[in-house]
Amino acid sequence: MLNVALPKGRLGEKVYEMFEKAGFECPSIKETNRKLIFENEEKQVRYFLVKPSDVSIYVERGAADIGVVGKDILLEYSPNVYELLDLNIGKCRMAVAGKQDFYDDGTKVLKVATKFVNIASSYYEKRGRDIDIIKLNGSIELAPILGLSDVIVDIVETGTTLKENNLEVKETILPISARLIANKASFQFKEEKIKQIFDSIKEQIKTDD
Amino acid sequence: MIDNVIKFEENTIFKLRYLYRKHGYLPYQMSKFEEYELYARNKDFLVSDRVITFNDTNGKLMALKPDVTLSIIKNGEDVRGVKQKVFYDENVYRVSESTQHFKEILQTGLECIGDIDVYDIYETITLAAESLSNISDRFRLSVSNLDLVYSVVSNACPDTEFIRKVTACLAQKNAHDLKNLCGAYGVREEDYRKISRFVSLNGTRSEILSEIREIAAGETVGLMEELSALLDASAFSDQITFDFSVTGDLNYYNGFVFNGFIDGICCGVLAGGQYNNMMRKMNRSSGAVGFALYLDRLEDLKHETVPYDVDCLLLYGEDVRAADVAKKVKELTGAGKSVSAQKDIPPKLRYRELVDLRKGGVQK
Repeated sequence: MLNVALPKGRLGEKVYEMFEKAGFECPSIKETNRKLIFENEEKQVRYFLVKPSDVSIYVERGAADIGVVGKDILLEYSPNVYELLDLNIGKCRMAVAGKQDFYDDGTKVLKVATKFVNIASSYYEKRGRDIDIIKLNGSIELAPILGLSDVIVDIVETGTTLKENNLEVKETILPISARLIANKASFQFKEEKIKQIFDSIKEQIKTDD
Repeated sequence: MIDNVIKFEENTIFKLRYLYRKHGYLPYQMSKFEEYELYARNKDFLVSDRVITFNDTNGKLMALKPDVTLSIIKNGEDVRGVKQKVFYDENVYRVSESTQHFKEILQTGLECIGDIDVYDIYETITLAAESLSNISDRFRLSVSNLDLVYSVVSNACPDTEFIRKVTACLAQKNAHDLKNLCGAYGVREEDYRKISRFVSLNGTRSEILSEIREIAAGETVGLMEELSALLDASAFSDQITFDFSVTGDLNYYNGFVFNGFIDGICCGVLAGGQYNNMMRKMNRSSGAVGFALYLDRLEDLKHETVPYDVDCLLLYGEDVRAADVAKKVKELTGAGKSVSAQKDIPPKLRYRELVDLRKGGVQK
């Protein structure tokens, strides 16, 4: 049985369609209910729907053999997994944003509010910029508006939320997209099945391009 | 019930001690403590750079061993022609990745230090495989060669940061970031194609070797061919593969490196390889190869759970003579049963049968 961790929500639905096209369908996943585990005994595949940021934990700890997770999570938590494929979906970017009138003149410690402490620290460390990290768990955009921070480091998809709050992107740190990951031990023992999925999804990405 | 007294990890240690002794490896005993300076100088060699330290009575800063290999190198002989083969099973003290607290970890392994040749590498790899087979039939040993990877990558671009980043991509089997990286460093298409083969190569050892011949030649490829031919004749040939996602810090490791996996355990349980570069750092002229098996990770293996703590709960009261209790215990243990003699039923004790010696007591 191949255990697959998928992120809950729209991205998970898109990813499931890719797995379905790869021949690993599991119709029960489309039923409207509160189930979290879906299994197709015939195809020997079991899907779990988990919080997007938890996918890499399920895979690294071997509860799932493979999974789909954003590059932001991989960079933030550095799980010890194989990163097999860039799925080219769930595209967005990790960016520094601040109030439209804010300018970093480098004369004082920069206050940075973020969920992504490691990504932000490493970005400013490479630039030799002294920062004060403020770890938040949600509504990051509020921080510069209320004067809690000078800037934020967060995921930007369309930029609408920023614009509506009079914020703007100051710098792009890196592009983000969804990645297919695999547990290193599972890969040794379920390689054939994982390769089958990998090859099919790779082909689908090419076709989409 | 009594058969389960020896824990799986303990039983494995006994089997491995026998295996290593059979191949001429001698037990290596060492102190639990080592001068902290040894680890401070070689932090990157350690799995974690956090170490438990304390001041000894003479004021020296000491550490509870986070690693065994460094102590073996430090205390070993470095005489030309001498080959030291040792094994150990020791507790080491490291920070747990999950709890971020220090943890006592039982580790076993072996080291071969001296004039290392291809036979020694073969012997170490087959002993690693046999160690894994003592734990489970379903295991894999993935072997890579850092010299080969380094020669191809550094030939494409000698920048150390580039080599470090490529190694990280290979460790993740990450072909997409590797492509972007090569593009960013202006690596020629032909060289990029060679490097990317390290991610995509799969198949049997001979299939991989024939592909390697297309991207590299020379002494290292010859060594891989020789090793593979030796492994062909070993009992574990099918479970030993070439896989270039196995990497190591080039400041310490060189040549062959390997990782061992067991089905049912979520991460590698064995890591090893040649560490001549570490020997040079410690001013040793000889070479070295070895491996460590992390026994704490065997806890993840699903063993048959024992439904009872004891076979018999023997209840007695004030009215029962000690001699009668002793007689009954002797009778039950003589029948191969485990017995817990108690005056009351302990709240959490799981027992298969109750033998009640109290007045009017029943047996059930």
